[in-house]
Amino acid sequence: MHIPDGFLSPATALVTGGLAAAGLGYALRRARKTLPSSATPLLGLGAAFVFAAQMLNFPVAGGTSGHLIGGVLVAVLLGPMAAVVVMSAVLMLQCFLFADGGVTALGANLFNMAIVAPGVGYAVYRGVRRLFGGLRGRLFATAFAAWLSTVVASVACAGELALSGIVPWRLVLPAMAGVHMLIGVGEALITTLVVAAVVRVRPDLFDPDVERERAPRAGDVAVYGLLVSAGLAVFVAPFASGWPDGLEKVAGVLGFDHHAMTAPLVGAPLPGYGVPGIDSGTLATIVAGLAGTLAAFLASYALARVLAPRERAVETGE
Amino acid sequence: MPRETLDRFARMDSPVHRLPAGVKFGVAFGFVVLTLLVPRHAWWVYAVESLLLVAVAVVSRIPPWFLLRRILWLEPVLMGVALLALWQPGGPGLFAALVARSTLCLAGMMLAAATTPFSDTLRLLERLHVPRMLMTTLALTFRYQYLLLDESDRMRRARRSRTFHARRGVEWRMLSTVVAHLFLRSIDRAARIHAAMCARGWRP
Repeated sequence: MHIPDGFLSPATALVTGGLAAAGLGYALRRARKTLPSSATPLLGLGAAFVFAAQMLNFPVAGGTSGHLIGGVLVAVLLGPMAAVVVMSAVLMLQCFLFADGGVTALGANLFNMAIVAPGVGYAVYRGVRRLFGGLRGRLFATAFAAWLSTVVASVACAGELALSGIVPWRLVLPAMAGVHMLIGVGEALITTLVVAAVVRVRPDLFDPDVERERAPRAGDVAVYGLLVSAGLAVFVAPFASGWPDGLEKVAGVLGFDHHAMTAPLVGAPLPGYGVPGIDSGTLATIVAGLAGTLAAFLASYALARVLAPRERAVETGE
Repeated sequence: MPRETLDRFARMDSPVHRLPAGVKFGVAFGFVVLTLLVPRHAWWVYAVESLLLVAVAVVSRIPPWFLLRRILWLEPVLMGVALLALWQPGGPGLFAALVARSTLCLAGMMLAAATTPFSDTLRLLERLHVPRMLMTTLALTFRYQYLLLDESDRMRRARRSRTFHARRGVEWRMLSTVVAHLFLRSIDRAARIHAAMCARGWRP
């Protein structure tokens, strides 16, 4: 998902850069003000840990392998504000020390993987945790958050590429989201297995008091909610709404209208069955996305059941 | 992911190595912006730029295989995104232009990074007023990534020598345990580092 140089239009690069700088600056300020001084080395070591963890190859099939990305893992283990700083450090080092991800695309990469992924992931994690308690609920929330954050980050990335006029939205969205729905499965599995292992060895890290310290304040939620939704509104909403007028207006405002996507690039699978306002290609994408999300939700629950099987028995003392 | 960082040959001596980090990264960034601003099909510009890059690479005396291997490793990502452009009007030309442009930008930044020790890059970022907390985090990340990598290698080797043949599911659980313990060791190490930093008079 690391966007190289050369794929983003100047406007997209500037907007993502601004959003990323605002998000990272806020996280740094909050970290300096509220975290104890011992947290500074923790952030550095956390980033070094993500680096080392990303180097471990998990065998997938036919000789291929995948690796952890780590946004949700760090958000669950160290808290969302720390996760923003840690993932930013990882991405900056990847950019300057490995040339992985372009300099002009650094803002976009930071926004997608250091702000959207941990931010959305942590919000989902908290939401699911509220509904399902206990270890099983925690693992369920972790798995689903890891999967969904990977997919949402890839959708933001697709939106940035499409808005830059390089690739058509109708192609880049299914391609990016589809691939990352699969990558997300690996991410969810690894993240959940790791969290389960940490809980087993150090349950004290998840004591309610310790966890409250990591949790974001109302202000943080507001700032990141605003940043993420502003980003998604700029990059994704113009395409997600079926109205070509809206798209053209935004493209005109931002100066991309010379790249306007004129003809449908993929034929609609069910011509004539479209919902008013939404053409059937968009509808198919939405339905596929919802089905995938539901499947991931159920699979996350199944995974949590497998990893935390005997909870009820322990609670009732059997 | 390759483990080798780009600054492996950064401590050599050559006219390019001797330039200040600010100049190198400034020129590289200007090169990237210029490449992105020229019209997409100005092929002669790309040709001139690649000759320029080759010249700099030769002067810097960094082994060509090192740079080529890094470029080839990142090329699939580039191609993957560019492939989608084939469905645009004027696809093949756009595809070729995108790949050429991105590869040039990549090579330019890579040359700057490969001839600059990372500590100099950090100092440059500091001069650019990157917040101090982020700088400390970056410096610690750079310092300790090698250590944690070695640590995870040792843990994995120890585990492997005790497990003869693991099925994929077992392998995944095993690797996850390695990651979990790596995390726990990292936070313990962070506490010790904090004590050491305070003992040497560090103030946040």
